[in-house]
Order: sequence, then structure tokens, then C-alpha cells
Amino acid sequence: MNKILFFAALQEKAGKESIELDVSGKSVKEVKEFVALEYGLAKINESMTAINEEFAANDDVIQENDVIAFIPPVSGG
Amino acid sequence: MSKLFSITEEPISIEQTVSLVSSPNAGAVNTFIGTVREFTKGKRTLYLEYQAYAAMAEAKLAEIGQEISQNWPETKTAITHRVGKLEIEDIAVVIAVSSPHRGDSYEASRYAIERIKEIVPIWKKEHWEDGEEWIGNQLETKSYRKGTPAEEDLI
Repeated sequence: MNKILFFAALQEKAGKESIELDVSGKSVKEVKEFVALEYGLAKINESMTAINEEFAANDDVIQENDVIAFIPPVSGG
Repeated sequence: MSKLFSITEEPISIEQTVSLVSSPNAGAVNTFIGTVREFTKGKRTLYLEYQAYAAMAEAKLAEIGQEISQNWPETKTAITHRVGKLEIEDIAVVIAVSSPHRGDSYEASRYAIERIKEIVPIWKKEHWEDGEEWIGNQLETKSYRKGTPAEEDLI
């Protein structure tokens, strides 16, 4: 099972902070496509992705128990 | 709050962040204080809301600290960023860098705030009299508009 975290505008749009979903074996890109459709998050394509708190590439493959986070463009400071 | 790189929901103590980089080797401590501005391009902000992916944000702040150590040897860096609801003039971020000589701490401090706006998962939501919006990128030129479905925002 994997935990998928949403932040900022994505979190508001999804209506939740996180979901549990088994996406092991899928690429980041595949997960983005699925989540975009399922939760109406077209903006996810502008987001970076983190796996286990480290930035990941679109073709990285999710492993069992990985925590995935979609990171919209940041605006701290 | 003794961590060098931290995300906090509490008001930030400048002195506490500065004390974290205090060192007998230092001849300078440069402090950057980021505060909540009321007007941006003529538009009044009522308050801000900051959100962070706290664990990753602290790790990325620490990474910035490592980059600074590599680029400016013998410096010491501490960064505290606040999240939650912040009022005008509240302190959102404090960066303290100590260095043997003043030049390095000035440069490293500037580097730290620019890097925060690039790689640290923290987001700012502006609340105005007539709406609210998550600010979309570090240059504050792009945003996700809520309730105003521009063509590009349509799902």
C-alpha cells in the first residue's frame, strides 16, 4: 500500500490531505495520470513529485510502502 | 526549538535562531527576516496562510545548509520557517548565517532565501478582501486562481 499526499491547491481541490492506494510498480507519470483523472487534478502536471521526501522523476517507479507527495510550485519565504 | 532547520507553528524568536549559529569562530552573523507584506502590486493582503510538507521541508532546509557549508566554508546556518495563519508584519522566516568574515554571511543568507523559494515544500495562500489564492511559484508571478476558472485552469 502507498500513501499519497496532497498540498496547497491540490489538497483543496482533492478535498483531502492524503489517500491510500496501492500503486507499487507504477511510474510517477502513471500515478499522476490516474490521480488527475480520479480527483480532477489537472494541475498535478505542474507539480513536482516526491517519493519518501525526495524529489523524483516522472519515470521513477513506485515501490511498496513508498510515500508519494505531489508538490505544487513552492512559495515559501 | 533547538533544531538548526525547523518548521514551526509558533511565532519565531529571532534571537533563538541567531543563537543557534553563534560561534567563537564567527566574526559576523547575518540575519534575514522575511515578513508578511500588506500590499503587493497595490492589492491589500489581509493575512497569509502557510502550509508545509514539514518533514521534507526540514530536510530540504538542511540540504540548503549543506550547500552553504560547501560554498562558504566555516559558515554555520540556521533557518526557521513558520506555518499556519500569519498576520501582516508577522515573521514568516528567519535565516541566520555566521561566518568568520562578514562577506560570506551576507552572500550565504541571500543564497538561502532564494533556494527556499526553489526547493523547499512550503506554500503561501494569500487572503484578500475579495478572495484567496495559493501562490503558485517562487517568483510570485504565477498562481492557482480559485473560483475564477480561466481557460488554463479548467480540468
